[in-house]
Amino acid sequence: MKIIADTDRCVGAGQCVLTEPALFDQSEDDATIIVLNETPEGELIEKAREAVHVCPSQALSLEE
Amino acid sequence: MTTAEKHEFPMARTCPFAPPPAYEEIREGEPVSRVRLPDGGWAWVVSRHEDVRTVLNDRRFSADRQHPDFPALVKGEAASRRPDEERMLIAMDAPEHGPARKAVLGEFTVRRLEALRPRIQEIVDGQIDALLGGPRPGDLVDSLSLPVPSLVICEMLGVPYADHEFFQEHTVKVIKQSTPPEERWAAMVAIQGYMADLIAEKEKNPPDDLLGRQIVKLRADGTYRRTALAGMGLLLLVAGHETTANMISLSTVAFLRNPEQLAMIKADPGKTLNAVEEMLRYFTIIDVATARLCVEDMEVGGQLIRAGEGVLTLGYSANRDPRAFENPDELDIERGARHHVAFGFGPHQCLGQNLARMELQIVFDTLFGRVPTLEPAMDVDELPFKDDANIYGLYQLPVTW
Ligand code: HEM
Ligand code: SF4
Repeated sequence: MKIIADTDRCVGAGQCVLTEPALFDQSEDDATIIVLNETPEGELIEKAREAVHVCPSQALSLEE
Repeated sequence: MTTAEKHEFPMARTCPFAPPPAYEEIREGEPVSRVRLPDGGWAWVVSRHEDVRTVLNDRRFSADRQHPDFPALVKGEAASRRPDEERMLIAMDAPEHGPARKAVLGEFTVRRLEALRPRIQEIVDGQIDALLGGPRPGDLVDSLSLPVPSLVICEMLGVPYADHEFFQEHTVKVIKQSTPPEERWAAMVAIQGYMADLIAEKEKNPPDDLLGRQIVKLRADGTYRRTALAGMGLLLLVAGHETTANMISLSTVAFLRNPEQLAMIKADPGKTLNAVEEMLRYFTIIDVATARLCVEDMEVGGQLIRAGEGVLTLGYSANRDPRAFENPDELDIERGARHHVAFGFGPHQCLGQNLARMELQIVFDTLFGRVPTLEPAMDVDELPFKDDANIYGLYQLPVTW
C-alpha cells in the first residue's frame, strides 16, 4: 500500500500528524504535509486509513 | 423545486446538550431544504454529515462574507457590509485564500505548538491557583475559561495582556446577535485600529513573536502590508478567544454531569484528547456560522443549488448524524469522533484547531486533577447559556469545591 498526498489540496490542518507522527510531518514554513513513510506496514496501515478519513481537504489517498 | 420555507434560521437551542429538535426532522425528512432568514430572505440548509463536508470542501461555495448575497444570520447585517474592504482570511476564496493561510500556518504546526505546551500548562496552573485562592463559589468563566485562551493567544501574538479587557469588551459586541450592525462595525474598527498601531510599533524592530516574525517573513517575500497583517492578527485574537472559552465551560458542565466519563480521563489521561474531540462534536458551538454562497450551480444531496443562493451548513446536525456517528446523542468519550465538523471542513477548517485541542486537554487534565471535588454551584437548568450568540457557550459558570 502507498500513501499519496496532494500538497496543493493540503490545508495544513495537521490532522494527519496528530493521527500518526511516524507517518506524517508538516513543513516548518507553511505547514503542508510531508509524508515520512509512503509505504506503511502492520499497525501503521490502520493509522494511514484513519488519516485519510479525517483529512479535512481530502488531500490524502491510498493506493492499495 | 421545493415548497415554501417551513423553518426560520438561525434556530435557538432549547436544550444545552442537544440541537434544536427541528434539526433531526430536517435531516431525516428533507436534508437539503429552504429556510427563512431574519431579513426575510431564504437560504438552503444542508444537514447531513456527508453533504456538509461536500459543501465546505468545494470551490463552488464561496466564503465571501462581504458579498451582498451572502446569507445574513443577523437582521440588518447585510446592510453593514463593506464589499470594497479588504477581506479577512475567513472571508477569502481561492486563489487568494491559500497563500494567505499558508503564510501564517507555519506558526500552528503540531510540532510548533508542542513547544508551547509547558507555557500553556503554567498559564492554566496560574489561573487555577487564582480560582482556588478566590471566593467560593467562584466563576469558572472569569477565572479560567476566558483568561486561558486569551493569555495564550496574546502571548503568541505579542499583544500586551493588559489590553485584554479592551478586546473582551469589543469582541463580545462583535459576537452577540443583538448588537446593532453599526455598533458591530465600530467595534471591529476599534480593534483593527489598535492592532494596526501595535504592528506599526513592531515594524521598527520586529520582536520574536508571531506578529514580529510575520513582518520579517512577509517583508522578505515582498508581500508585507500592515493592514493585511492587522486583519490576520485581529482574526487570530477574536477567533480563538470566545470559542475555546465556551468549550472549556460547556465541557466542564458535561464532565460533571457524566461522572463515569470523567472518571475515565482521570484514570487514563491518554483518553483526554479523545474526550476533547467528543466534546467538540457534542456541543458544536459554531453551527450555522459556517455559511457559504453558491457561485456555480451544483447538486448537493440530490438537490440543485444555483449560483447566487445562500447555504447554511448545519455542523451541529452533521455531528449528530447517525450515518456518521453511532448513537449520536450520547456523550461517549471513547468513540472515535475525529471526523466531526466542529472545526469546519475544507480549506477554511479552523486554523487554530490544534492550539484549541491542546488548551482543552491541559485544562481538563489539570482542573479535574487538582480540584477533584469541583461541582457547579447552580442548577444546570439555571445556568446562563448563550442563547443569543452565534457561538454557543456560557456567560457564567459558578462552581464550588
Ligand atoms: C474550540 C475552539 C474553536 C472552535 C470550535 C473553532 C471553530 C472554527 C470553525 C468552525 C471555523 C471554520 C469557519 C468557516 O468555515 O467558515 C474556524 C476557522 C478559523 N479559526 Fe477556529 N475555532 C476554535 C479555536 C480557534 C483558535 C484557538 C484559533 C486561533 C488561535 C482559531 C482561529 C481560526 C481562524 C484563523 C479561522 C479561519 C481559517 C480560514 O479561513 O482559513 N480558532 N474555527
Ligand atoms: S490532514 Fe490533510 S490537510 Fe491536514 S496536514 Fe494532513 S494532508 Fe494536509
